[in-house]
Amino acid sequence: MSREKFQSISAADFFYRNREIAGFDNPVRATYTIIRELVENALDACEQYSIPPDVRTKLIDEGNSIYRIRVEDNGIGVPYDQVPYAFGQILFGSKYTLRQSRGIFGLGGKMAVLYGQITAHSSVKVLSSTGGFEKYFYELNINVQENKPIIRRKEVTPNPGRWRGTIIEFSFEGDYIRAKPKVVEYFRQTSILLPYANILFIDPDGTLYRFDKITDEMPKPAETVKPHPYGVDLEIVHRMINATRSSTMVDFLVNNFHRVGAATAMNFLKEAKISQNANPRTLDSKDLLRLVNKMKEYDGFQPPDAQCLSPIGEELLKKGIIREFRPEYVAVTQRGASAYAGYPFIVEAAIAYGGDIPITPQDEMLVFRFANKIPLLYDLHSDVTMKVIKKINWQRYRLDLSSMPLAFFVHICATKVPYKTVGKEYIADRPEVEYEIEWALKTCARDVRNHLAKKEKADIVQRRLSVFEKYLPMIAQFSTELAGNGKPPDYEKVLRRVQAHAKEVEQRSLVEAE
Amino acid sequence: MLRKSNREVLSKLSEIGNEIYSEIERGEFPRIRIPSRTTSNIVFDEELGQFVLGDQRSLRSAANIKQIRSLTQLLWVASFAKRLVSEEKSSTLRDLYYHSLNYGIKFRDQTESDDTVTDLETLLGEPREGFNIFPKERSAIFGDLEIEYTTPETHKGRRVNLGSNPDGVMVGLSVAQADFLSCKADKVFVIEKNAVFRRFIEERVYDKFNAILIDTAGQAPRLARLLIRRLNQELGLPVYLLTDADPWGMHIAMVIIRGSANAAHLRELTTVKAKWVGLWATDIKRFSLPSFPLTKLDEERIRLLEEDMRYRDFEWQSELQEFKKTKRRAELEAFSAHGLTAIVDKYLPKKLKMIEEG
Repeated sequence: MSREKFQSISAADFFYRNREIAGFDNPVRATYTIIRELVENALDACEQYSIPPDVRTKLIDEGNSIYRIRVEDNGIGVPYDQVPYAFGQILFGSKYTLRQSRGIFGLGGKMAVLYGQITAHSSVKVLSSTGGFEKYFYELNINVQENKPIIRRKEVTPNPGRWRGTIIEFSFEGDYIRAKPKVVEYFRQTSILLPYANILFIDPDGTLYRFDKITDEMPKPAETVKPHPYGVDLEIVHRMINATRSSTMVDFLVNNFHRVGAATAMNFLKEAKISQNANPRTLDSKDLLRLVNKMKEYDGFQPPDAQCLSPIGEELLKKGIIREFRPEYVAVTQRGASAYAGYPFIVEAAIAYGGDIPITPQDEMLVFRFANKIPLLYDLHSDVTMKVIKKINWQRYRLDLSSMPLAFFVHICATKVPYKTVGKEYIADRPEVEYEIEWALKTCARDVRNHLAKKEKADIVQRRLSVFEKYLPMIAQFSTELAGNGKPPDYEKVLRRVQAHAKEVEQRSLVEAE
Repeated sequence: MLRKSNREVLSKLSEIGNEIYSEIERGEFPRIRIPSRTTSNIVFDEELGQFVLGDQRSLRSAANIKQIRSLTQLLWVASFAKRLVSEEKSSTLRDLYYHSLNYGIKFRDQTESDDTVTDLETLLGEPREGFNIFPKERSAIFGDLEIEYTTPETHKGRRVNLGSNPDGVMVGLSVAQADFLSCKADKVFVIEKNAVFRRFIEERVYDKFNAILIDTAGQAPRLARLLIRRLNQELGLPVYLLTDADPWGMHIAMVIIRGSANAAHLRELTTVKAKWVGLWATDIKRFSLPSFPLTKLDEERIRLLEEDMRYRDFEWQSELQEFKKTKRRAELEAFSAHGLTAIVDKYLPKKLKMIEEG
């Protein structure tokens, strides 16, 4: 967060009055949301700098529905002078740039702190270091009216061990007993997607949930990109113009938009009937409106590309699923980058079969949804993934959802995830997204079908072999008795023929499967 | 006759064993071809006047996963048969089924082991009695016939007169395989029912008609059929068949004469020259016998028999037509309505005369 420019808006008050939209509507939900937001910030602080995350969370019951939470990460750390703003001010961050991250504006963490302050009169304690000679401790409150941090205490201490990371701790009013199932599920599912992370959670009962990394490989971090012309609205363009130093429209477009070069900019401006050399600040509101509308219509822009995205990748996704479910087979696929409304996105999916996966009735299917590496635990049946699963004719892939041990995984990474609600719980059925999910799942389904067909053939071959192994000795014995011979004939030669035949069948089925 | 075929059976069995043995040694999948017993392969042989199997062969091959089990079962039954014959022991279908449990040969049920025995019969062209597997005995013989046992070893050479036991003598393997020494009778009466058989003994029919009496107790078992055939062929005795006047009784007679479709794989069980003396459908009227209406099942059976190749002769067809017309049936016991001895005194002489006059 430290390397980005922040611009404050008078938001603390706004969120204080509207805390339900951020997932703080009741103590149960708040407990879940606080844990989630803090863990996500911690993970982001590591992953965006390619540090394998080591995130420890501890929740302590202080009685009277008050809980103290402590989250420690080994991330990049917050620079000394940024700490009060990073935790004590509701911010509007990452100005006009987009990249995939868990929280969009770094808002959730601050909301959590604010919630603690409101419900438990708690100040937030932060210990952080960027790995230098010093670590620094802050105790902060938020001035809600002015949206400013109040520094209660500040200490700088030597850091001989060159520790790097952040520890945040505060109290809040919550209800862990009822939030527990979702919280535990959140950690479990988060770990599925992050096989390269050590995640540890100690709950108020003293139970330790521990997910150890099984690989050091990490996906490449997402890069920051400018917004795509398809993805902006009048307000954003207006602000961009206010902030720009460009003196011509061509420069303005090239400098501020994703995948817009000089040639594209000039062609577009001609189409929009706006002078190339006009100073952006001189556009009147009619020109501005026309500009924004044309941006959505114009088909000469390059589609957004995916360097701003950080998908997990097929290998890591597979590893995470194997660690959690030890399935007999996992089919994974990653779709190419696509875009909706100017926002690039990538869909990754997996279908796992067997192992620890139970057979579930069709209305309790195991469907794991992730958006920008966040597990989505609510409202499965409103989610686009569920819509796709219901739409696909699984019989074509010889999969029976009600009688086979199957689990489905869908991960969408996007600069802006098309959530249907602010609560970040389920994904809207944008046709582009739906299409990608459908084909990702179908690709996996085909893969699983081939595996099952192969296995079935191998089974048949094995069963055949055992039948021969059972009956040939008998045939040999009976024929010996009938012929009145002394010793039975050597049936090994016949058995070898059966085995050779079995191998042939197996190889043939391998070729077929490919 | 059976003794001779015992030797034949043994050599056939060892021939089969040798073939399988050398196929295995050569590294080939052992296989056996046996005449197919599907209905499409059961044809009526005009010359023999019985059903026989056609040229279709079915394969029991170890190369085929679906056949290897039945091939194994067939070979086990064959080796079991070999042991029976060479040790001069006998067994029944049920006994064989229980034996199989000892050998890890899994028959689903007795039907399957019975079928496998029939496979072996087909393969050898021998009835199972030829390899000492016998059905439960229920037929009996009575008459002035002196026989000498040939089996089992314990009774070999012992002689007995089949008129010595007023209950009749059970027709088992030993009787069916015995040598005929002397016979004073000049004809054979085969009776479907034990009650009538007893009546015939009481009424001295054997004496009055100089006949040997055989009780088949329903459909004639194979040993009874074999014995009837031997009496006809070896002693040249004419055979007269007495059954109820209904399609079932009629068919008991027919199977003795021309064999059953079930045994199309077997020959030398039929007695083509045997005569069905009654009760005919027409006898109901002729002798004004008490009768009952035909059941649905009876009528169904008649329709089937009408299309049966064995029934295409005029006499049989006209009896079937008579049943269809009158829709009545009668039992042998019906004569009792005319007095205890009516069947012997009035019916038999008249019918025998009718038949001889043709």
